[in-house]
Amino acid sequence: MSLKLFLDMISQPCRSVFLFAKKNNLPVEVKLISLKNGEQHTEKFRKVNPLRKVPALKDGDFCMGESIPMMEYMAEKFNTPDHWFPKDLQKRARVNEYLSWQHLGIRRVCFKLLSLREEVDGPVVKLEVPEDKMARAMEDLNWSLDLIEKTFIKDGGFIGGEQISIADLVAIVEIMQPFASGVDVFQGRAKLSAWKERVVQAVGKELFDEAHKTILSAKDSVKQLDSSKVEYFRPRVLRLIS
Amino acid sequence: MELYLDLFSQPCRAVFLLAKVLEIPFEFKYVNLATGQHLGDEFGKISMMRKVPVMKDGEFVLTESTAILEYMVQKHRAPDHWFPSELLLRARINEYLSWQHTNLRAHGSKIFLLKMLFPLMMGCEVPKEKMDAAMEDLNMSLIQLENYFLQNKPFIIGDKISVADIVAMAEIMQPVGTGVDVFTGRPTLSAWRDRVTAQVGVELFKEANEVIMKAKDLSQNIDKTALEMMKPKFQKMFS
Repeated sequence: MSLKLFLDMISQPCRSVFLFAKKNNLPVEVKLISLKNGEQHTEKFRKVNPLRKVPALKDGDFCMGESIPMMEYMAEKFNTPDHWFPKDLQKRARVNEYLSWQHLGIRRVCFKLLSLREEVDGPVVKLEVPEDKMARAMEDLNWSLDLIEKTFIKDGGFIGGEQISIADLVAIVEIMQPFASGVDVFQGRAKLSAWKERVVQAVGKELFDEAHKTILSAKDSVKQLDSSKVEYFRPRVLRLIS
Repeated sequence: MELYLDLFSQPCRAVFLLAKVLEIPFEFKYVNLATGQHLGDEFGKISMMRKVPVMKDGEFVLTESTAILEYMVQKHRAPDHWFPSELLLRARINEYLSWQHTNLRAHGSKIFLLKMLFPLMMGCEVPKEKMDAAMEDLNMSLIQLENYFLQNKPFIIGDKISVADIVAMAEIMQPVGTGVDVFTGRPTLSAWRDRVTAQVGVELFKEANEVIMKAKDLSQNIDKTALEMMKPKFQKMFS
């Protein structure tokens, strides 16, 4: 297969790309990259994505990064059903609106903080996350989730409207991330939970569970982290919490 | 079409520029961020997101500049180069527009916020390490813009200007407005800036950037009540 996807399932954008490709049975080859082993820094991977990030896509000589454009590329190339990325002017605009907002609206430090909680408190950096920073992170998280429930998710439907789209995949993988440190954001949020069930049903439970297997066992993988890799993560974690 | 804008804001400048270049008729609805107008009840009726830009096209209300830009190009059937339909070019422009949110946009904004708002909100000068770290991040984004996105092409996606160049330029002008010179010692970036300015038109470019280039006056013009209202949010962000 000429189209290759380079993914690490610990990463939210990788999961949305994986879900999209697999749900649509696209003729793509998935190559797993280990971020914690620094595989994104190899010479081989740099040829695929000089920005050294996952997900990355290689289609013949064409290489690109950024999950949302990758899904749009595959949607166009393989002519997936319209609802994933509708062509209608206003429907497209609604999906784009969420996809743009979410970069800063939900993909924020608070999620990283939450998912890093284990790494910071645990064996990696051996630091306490300051209580006030955690409280602020939770506040930001709740604010974002309120907005998603009230403004973006249509009643009884999905983010873009009545059918699932790329926007829902991008949203669900971010909202699942806190599970990696034992935080269940669906608790007490009936509308969000109902939307999640619709997304899981639309994607298929087996595929959804497969995509999230890695983050649900994240706590264990951190304990196995090679101590030589700790130095790679330390400045990044410190920067995030400072 | 109504466009709710404050030209202090990078995404507003991008939307303003494209609408003007494409000669799309619109009503400019000024939202004065410095007076906290975006937090008021009236603006809340337009958009709960409390951000600018907002586009109101008949009854259809849309936020998020990249969504608005694509909408304008699609609706008004702008020349293809603005948002190319060819598969690979479309992928490249989307790649830039996605990357820039948490890279050039985030880092350019941070410089602006630190230089212009930190002293007002925190009552002291920005600590050197904070400013140095922010400049390092901005420089990394500019290096990536030059070496990965531009390379030796005239514009981000090739021979012709697109929405990506408009968005990139709007973000770069934010730290520039605070007095940071990002162009000296960067011939690739400078040449690209000149090309973008020429394509958009020197007068229009100047008009769009008039407000940001007077950013240093912000501290005198910011409304004291609005300042107090916005302090908790910014103090949280800066600490």
